[in-house]
Amino acid sequence: MSITIDKLLVYIDRPWWKITGVFLVFSSIFTGLLMPVPALPILHETIRNLYFHVPMWMAMLAVFKISIYGSLMYLRTGDQRYDLLSLECVKVGLFFYVLGLLSGMLWAKYTWGAYWSNDPKQNSAAIGALLYSAYLVLRNSIEEEQKRGRIAAIYNIFAFPIMIVLLFVLPRMTDSLHPGNGGNPAFGKYDLDNGMKLAFYPAMLGWSLIAVWITTIRFRIQLIDYLKNSIN
Amino acid sequence: MKKISIALLFTLLSANLFAQPGAGIEMADFMRSSGKIYVVVCTIAITFLGLAYYLFSIDRKLKRLEKEHH
Repeated sequence: MSITIDKLLVYIDRPWWKITGVFLVFSSIFTGLLMPVPALPILHETIRNLYFHVPMWMAMLAVFKISIYGSLMYLRTGDQRYDLLSLECVKVGLFFYVLGLLSGMLWAKYTWGAYWSNDPKQNSAAIGALLYSAYLVLRNSIEEEQKRGRIAAIYNIFAFPIMIVLLFVLPRMTDSLHPGNGGNPAFGKYDLDNGMKLAFYPAMLGWSLIAVWITTIRFRIQLIDYLKNSIN
Repeated sequence: MKKISIALLFTLLSANLFAQPGAGIEMADFMRSSGKIYVVVCTIAITFLGLAYYLFSIDRKLKRLEKEHH
């Protein structure tokens, strides 16, 4: 469970997973836009948004999970670099959160009829975005480093399960327009020959890897800054 | 001999003219098929590759900075 920062940096340095991420997303552009999809009323060709909208949420989940790891390790070791890792994860996660929300709103306009129809999934997603924005506000409001790190880490560890409940549990328990929620079937049901999976799974993994990659770049910038300050 | 070869040349040249009204002159038709959707796909692909290259170059620059600080 415990991978040290130095070991983590060795993995971060390896190029193969970055190349894999680029290759997977690159391939999903071709397969996602050109491969045959089930013909469904209302959706028509917008069903292809599945390959680009859902991976934003997958990428967000990937970096939020790493931020949990950073928070746990910070509480265990007190090493400030874990706190910085966690912080950058949340920032990049929120970026993909917003991309997921915006792409979802555009898709909703042409399938549900409005950008925002107060659907349980949409409202939950908005509350979740506020939840994670509060993490940044809370963290920035504390001057003292150790106190800031500890409070931010504990908040982050609690924010994650609440976000999961908001996005993936509560909308399933009521009526929702969103596929896969409240008796509304997900697309997998219509994908009879499972052809969509060929573009969907690579896109999910590829975008996750790219989100992690962006996070590591931001994290390394923070580390340089941190080292500079700790030497002086 | 010269006359024959010129006559042959002109005959061959005129063969061209007969082919003109036929179908299949448009040769690069792959990118023009299906409402030119392939052009859009390639545009997105190029944009994405450009962004990926940009990320790689940032990565390289960072590595240089890290070496200076260690």
